[in-house]
Amino acid sequence: MSFVRFENVSLAYTPGSPLAIQDVSLDIQEGEFISVVGPSGCGKSTLMKLVTGLKAPTGGYVYVGGRQVGGPLKIVGMAFQASNLLPWRTTLENVMLPLEIVEPFRSELKSKRKEFEEQARALIKRVGLAGFEDKFPWELSGGMQQRASICRALVHKPRLLMLDEPFGALDAFTREELWCMLRDLWQESPFTVVLVTHDLREAVFLADTVYVMSKRPGRILVKREIDLPRPRDLDVTYTDAFSAHVHVLREHIGHVRSH
Amino acid sequence: MSTLATHEERALPHLTPNAGEPDVKVEDPVPAPLAPEAPPRRFKIDLITAAPWLVVLGLFIVWEIVCRGFDVPEFLLPAPSAVWAAGKEYWQPILLHAGQTSFTTLAGFAITVVVGVLMGALVGSSPIIYKALYPLLIGFNSIPKVAFVPVLVVWFGIGTIPAILTAFTISFFPVLVNVATGLATLEPELEDVLRSLGASRLDILRKVGLPRAMPYFFASLKIAITLAFVGSVISETVASNLGIGYLMMSASSSMNIPLVFAGLIVIGAMGVVMYELFAWLERRLTKWAHRGPNSGM
Repeated sequence: MSFVRFENVSLAYTPGSPLAIQDVSLDIQEGEFISVVGPSGCGKSTLMKLVTGLKAPTGGYVYVGGRQVGGPLKIVGMAFQASNLLPWRTTLENVMLPLEIVEPFRSELKSKRKEFEEQARALIKRVGLAGFEDKFPWELSGGMQQRASICRALVHKPRLLMLDEPFGALDAFTREELWCMLRDLWQESPFTVVLVTHDLREAVFLADTVYVMSKRPGRILVKREIDLPRPRDLDVTYTDAFSAHVHVLREHIGHVRSH
Repeated sequence: MSTLATHEERALPHLTPNAGEPDVKVEDPVPAPLAPEAPPRRFKIDLITAAPWLVVLGLFIVWEIVCRGFDVPEFLLPAPSAVWAAGKEYWQPILLHAGQTSFTTLAGFAITVVVGVLMGALVGSSPIIYKALYPLLIGFNSIPKVAFVPVLVVWFGIGTIPAILTAFTISFFPVLVNVATGLATLEPELEDVLRSLGASRLDILRKVGLPRAMPYFFASLKIAITLAFVGSVISETVASNLGIGYLMMSASSSMNIPLVFAGLIVIGAMGVVMYELFAWLERRLTKWAHRGPNSGM
């Protein structure tokens, strides 16, 4: 069985209200990088809530790791468009936050604080934030905050990383830098990633599989495998094969929007 | 640093071979802006620190001039010099009663902090409790507390306890409201991040809710402490034989108006001192929330 499995999943936020997503079935393999694209308000974020168990489906089944999801999972890391760093904590303290909550780190934190701190510092260095460990969030630029936010999502070594438009508020150059950062992190030790985005180039550059969702109620319309060889360099975004993928996806989205 | 740079820039035109034009033009504007920059700055900061004292001093001077100039009788408005004399003469009873007022105020304020935070946490973290309690709380807060003092006197007798309770009842509402607001405005994404890590409600409250509510809490403490003074003095005025409020009542009944004013000034001064204490605590403990250029406010 695949790592994440949706079987005909539907969700209405309150009983009787129109469905946010309808009859979604999909399979994500362990270590796969998938991306979900679609028009605004198509229920992409709803999908994230279902995978992580923050919401229970009104119809169908969600399985993660071979078990049906029945409450918030603890093997997940999340990052959003807003970095949501805690302003009273330094970068390092922000990144350490999951270790204060998730077991087994939580109970080991007292005895192994040094060791965990080293790991967190290594990760911070890894995403290019060396020297900013003891700065507060407001002292960081938007791109740096987002790097820290992704560190926080990864520090407890989750098996599943959920990203909800994490690069949406960044300028084009910073965004491409962060694509590469995420690519490198993932390439190093693959974990399963679900990336929700508006940006088709981002989806094609990073993902193994791209899903296109329809307008509300959200349904999966297209599943497209991205066969570009890995590791992918930024230059790949200027190749014909890349453009072809983006073009096809763009057409599907255009179709969704006009209907 | 700056002097070094100046020397280098000055030296440059002489050394560079293509400095064919007259040197003076290049040289002139360089040192000018550097020297006079520091002194006005220092003066400005001094003015800011001195401003509140100057205003108070100015007020007293104008007050004194008005009293002497128009020959205002002492039983209507005593001049600051007369108030000062009364303060000097009665400094022992003033100290005693001010001590009592400080005690009842701080005791009431302590209850306010505990009850305000607990109830604020309850109201802020549960929409049902919010809906259920708010009308009652607002209703209670609308009652003039001076009208409530006689009831407290019936229950507890005159003196310390009604003063403490009045200080508490008058000051706890802003604390409650602010703590509740701080908790209720938690970003849903942040809550999702924590819940997806398996955090319990208590975890979320401890790691995010309470620290995030701290600036709101401290802002309310500054309001609450001044209100607590109002509460304890009201109660002492109506029903006590101790405290600044009582001192002023008995002074005015014996037409010792300078002493009344001395009492008023002592209350005001205690309020300012307490306010500043909590403003200082706020700046120390919630530095992260005050980082703009006007962070002193």
